[in-house]
Amino acid sequence: MKFTLSWLKEHLDTNASLTEITDALTMVGLELEGVEDRAKGLETFVTARVVEAKQHPNADRLRVCQVDPGNGETVELVCGAPNARTGMIGVFAPGGSYIPGIDVTLKPTEIRGVMSNGMLLSEREMGISDEHDGIVDLPEDTPIGKPAVDIMGLNDPVIDIAITPNRGDCLGVRGIARDLAAAGIGSLKPLANGPVPGSFESPIKVHLDFDDPDNKPCPYFVGRYVRGVTNGESPDWLKEKLIAVGLRPISALVDITNLMTIDLNRPLHVFDADKVKGDIRVRLSKSGEKMLALNEKEYTFDDEMTLITDDNGPEGLGGVMGGEVSGVTEETVNVFIESAYFDPVRTAMTGRKLQIISDARYRFERGIDPAFLETGMEIATRLVMDLCGGEPSEVVIAGGNPEKGRSLDFRPDRVKELAGVDVPRDEIQRILAVLGFEISGDSETWQVKIPSWRSDIVHEACLVEEVVRINGFDKIPVTPLPRETTLPKPALNLSQKRRAVARRTLAARGLTEAVTYSFMGEKEAALFAETPDSIRIANPISSELSVMRPSALANLIQAAGRNADRGFANADLFEVGPEYFGDAPEDQRISAVGIRSGLTGPKHWSKAPAPVDAYMAKADALAVLDALGAPVANLQVFTDVLTYYHPGRAGELRLGPKNTLARFGEINPKVLRALDVKGPVVAFEIYPDAVPQPKAKSAARSMLTLSPFQPIERDFAFVVDTETEAGKVVQAARGAEKTLITDVRVFDVFEGPSLGEGRKSLAVTVVLQPTENTLTDEEIEGISKKIVQAVEKATGGSLRA
Amino acid sequence: MDNPDQLRDDILKDVDAAESVDALEEIRVAVLGKKGRITDMMKGLGQMAPDERKAAGQALNALKDEIADALESKKTTLADADLDRRLMTEKIDVTLPPAPEPQGSIHPISQTIDEITAIFGEMGFTVAEGPDIEDDWHNFTALNIPADHPARQEHDTFYLPGEHGERKVLRTHTSPVQIRTMTAEKPPIRIIIPGRTYRSDYDATHSPMFHQVEGLVIDKTSHMGHLKGCLIEFCSAFFEVDDLPVRFRPSYFPFTEPSAEVDIGCTRDGGEFRIGHGDDWLEILGSGMVNPNVLANCGIDPTEYQGFAFGIGIERLAMLKYGIPDLRTFYDSDLRWLRHYGFRSLEVPGMVGGLVR
Repeated sequence: MKFTLSWLKEHLDTNASLTEITDALTMVGLELEGVEDRAKGLETFVTARVVEAKQHPNADRLRVCQVDPGNGETVELVCGAPNARTGMIGVFAPGGSYIPGIDVTLKPTEIRGVMSNGMLLSEREMGISDEHDGIVDLPEDTPIGKPAVDIMGLNDPVIDIAITPNRGDCLGVRGIARDLAAAGIGSLKPLANGPVPGSFESPIKVHLDFDDPDNKPCPYFVGRYVRGVTNGESPDWLKEKLIAVGLRPISALVDITNLMTIDLNRPLHVFDADKVKGDIRVRLSKSGEKMLALNEKEYTFDDEMTLITDDNGPEGLGGVMGGEVSGVTEETVNVFIESAYFDPVRTAMTGRKLQIISDARYRFERGIDPAFLETGMEIATRLVMDLCGGEPSEVVIAGGNPEKGRSLDFRPDRVKELAGVDVPRDEIQRILAVLGFEISGDSETWQVKIPSWRSDIVHEACLVEEVVRINGFDKIPVTPLPRETTLPKPALNLSQKRRAVARRTLAARGLTEAVTYSFMGEKEAALFAETPDSIRIANPISSELSVMRPSALANLIQAAGRNADRGFANADLFEVGPEYFGDAPEDQRISAVGIRSGLTGPKHWSKAPAPVDAYMAKADALAVLDALGAPVANLQVFTDVLTYYHPGRAGELRLGPKNTLARFGEINPKVLRALDVKGPVVAFEIYPDAVPQPKAKSAARSMLTLSPFQPIERDFAFVVDTETEAGKVVQAARGAEKTLITDVRVFDVFEGPSLGEGRKSLAVTVVLQPTENTLTDEEIEGISKKIVQAVEKATGGSLRA
Repeated sequence: MDNPDQLRDDILKDVDAAESVDALEEIRVAVLGKKGRITDMMKGLGQMAPDERKAAGQALNALKDEIADALESKKTTLADADLDRRLMTEKIDVTLPPAPEPQGSIHPISQTIDEITAIFGEMGFTVAEGPDIEDDWHNFTALNIPADHPARQEHDTFYLPGEHGERKVLRTHTSPVQIRTMTAEKPPIRIIIPGRTYRSDYDATHSPMFHQVEGLVIDKTSHMGHLKGCLIEFCSAFFEVDDLPVRFRPSYFPFTEPSAEVDIGCTRDGGEFRIGHGDDWLEILGSGMVNPNVLANCGIDPTEYQGFAFGIGIERLAMLKYGIPDLRTFYDSDLRWLRHYGFRSLEVPGMVGGLVR
């Protein structure tokens, strides 16, 4: 919302400085966006008379001018403007001045043999508009030698503030002035709003044609016919006002509606009455009806929009935009002025459906003052008569103010209770009164009548807000938030702690954390899972971000690809975040996923890098699960893996057959091909919430028993089928003796011709921990036999000779 | 019998002069061996008178010990010299780099959330969470944002099809978790809600996904003075600036009343941006007293309970604190960026050890 300082002062009687005003605006909730000082950089330009303008001796299009800038010295300059002529008064820039519109600093220049010692400026050269048909041509009686910014009204700063959606009333300068008056910045001037008598009955009547009398899209319409107007250019004061706030002057009648909108938040529409056929009827649109709007676009309506119609059809879209056909032109002689109230919700809906953004819609959807239709009409009539002449009819009124006047109970004590600040009762009263509230009632509970322009005030807390925002949030004493307990409880629950542990464990293992979008491309998602329709975004930003991710892996793999394209082929990335199976709250799961791609590292003198392999991903998964307190020793590895993994180089870590805690392995090369990423890429997916909750309530560990006897190790090598999994051998060996065997480690895997086709050797170290006595050779021999028998039985293999 | 003193001097001289462990062994055999000189002398003791024998025996034993010590000491010296010679042949080039150990890192968003949690945790807040895919009621209606309210349009919402005509949304803020908490728990409530949020907007300063942390305090007495106290504490602790200027300005949010935007002091003097005392203000978060309609929507009696809520953009905090210039780079997964702006795994923020290293 833009307005000039002088415009504000038309409503606000104040001696406050610009800074005091702008500071106060921000502190009452009308946040200052900026102050534009249009005079800045134009201070050296003065009004000057062209004493003589004659043809340049060497150039057809140039004139040599003798210019009097009011200091007694005539300056000679060369000017190319077609309107430069003897006797005119223009804006003179002396040598040395900077010309903002063309980004040039003037210095004396010889132009075709004539010295030019300054410049007469166009508005574009001054940087104040696009006008460049000629130089600025000021009225005959303009004093010369005066700063041009004063004469041209440019030293009036333009203030720009942000208006929150609740403050429709401040979309008019007067509303802003009222807030400032309440904040102690001057006082609100009375509004000149006496009625203008009409001298005849309007030939155009207004009918509100709605079925539901209690819910009318347009409940109130005030109209007036004015005959015999002359619609020319607006006077300078009006044009300057509109230009200052960024509006283009069009014609007096249109400019008046814009003035009323910005000044008093009273949008109007003016019809060319001679183009209106019959009476005005306001009604809901019929599906398929069309209208050419003032913005020269044609709109097609559904059956829920408010139309202003006549016998020809739609002439205006209520609260949003007028129609082109019945709009005013330079030739307009008779007008019909509309001052109406439109339902905010319907106006918002209509504007949104048709994608029309207009000053009217912006205001009607935030709620304009429904009690100001007739007063607004009187002020508008006077403006029309002043600027365009004409003779007004009597006012036509259809319907009436839908707001019957609302009151709220208000306990002044709530200011202290809710806002924590003591505001004296008389100050509370003063603030509310200046804002337009009327107070009655006893000392404990007041009845507060809400002003018609404040549809946003709906409960007691709103009144508290009014008081404290005007009183100043800075006056609220800072109060420490008392703790509920002396020491705080832990902020994180188990699941949140696990995520933190997973994250920092992975970072400690050399992986780099990424945060990627929760959505991804449908094609990419399909490589990982079938995604239900319920997680497809209806209005995605692009097809690459159109479905909620079933796994973050695709994002990480693609990131690895992008990094490789930048020259960083080995990407070790992880993310701890959500994945989605459906749109219900329980269809969202947290996973810690990661990838390692390319080689294990850069080339190095001590160790040649190798391609990443599935065991690295398995190590990552196990390390995280161990850190999360999962019973890692009890995990079983399953090889029935999802399709985006390599079918022979991946596994799932489960507790029991169903509870998958993690997946790991090489990513299927087909997936990499589809994502256009060079492999190998290995990955892991860990589900921290699938790890069983710790059972013990106590933090105490189990009793530690230390054996006085040294552990002993025995090695065994078995020849088994190539297909036999190492896990089977380890499991069998472990199970051979329950009390003494504490560990079984695979230390060698060997395949070779000496073993025969389809055979391999698996060598394990078995650790025996005696508890009662040192083991005798016979005892060790006995255990060894059991181990060999168990493995042979489980695998069909044999002890290697 | 030899003169014991002379004998001692001779033997020690020989020991000292020995140049190898073998030479020492020869000396030992010659002196202390079965046929060694001192062994012989020990044998001779038997022929002495008992008085003499005692004195001579003691002297001989002392001599024997002294020589044995000397031999041992010399042996160590010689062995050390041998080792020194060997060690010189074992020299390695210590300027060579060790095998590389990849250094992982924590994303600035995670780190910033951990910092925020550390501060609010100290004030007794716990962390609450909820789903990213929400229904209209939790994301808007319960928060006092009716369907055709202009504020709803400003949210640029992503929609999902939903079922039975009830479309779902990607939550536009983490406020629905406030609703979920208030409908599930009885006051007093003191939570923060960090999480992913979504708006259909993509340009230099907007990302379709970003992170927010919201806070909620509901009890019988917390008022705007507490809101100010709590948030000033937070801003000052997070930015690690004592007496950080903090300004509260009236604003509007449908779910709070009164509502305040919060600015912190900053300066752009000399083209360098700095948080702290200065001539300028920077908007940092939105806040307010929870709107009575919101409490009522959640089944909390607004005549009995009140409280405040606030919301902060996490990326914005991270950008300001760590000087990260561009929002969109947060989600690029560019290794160069992640390594530059990331944090070490053991840099765990806390109020005991501090927020930053």
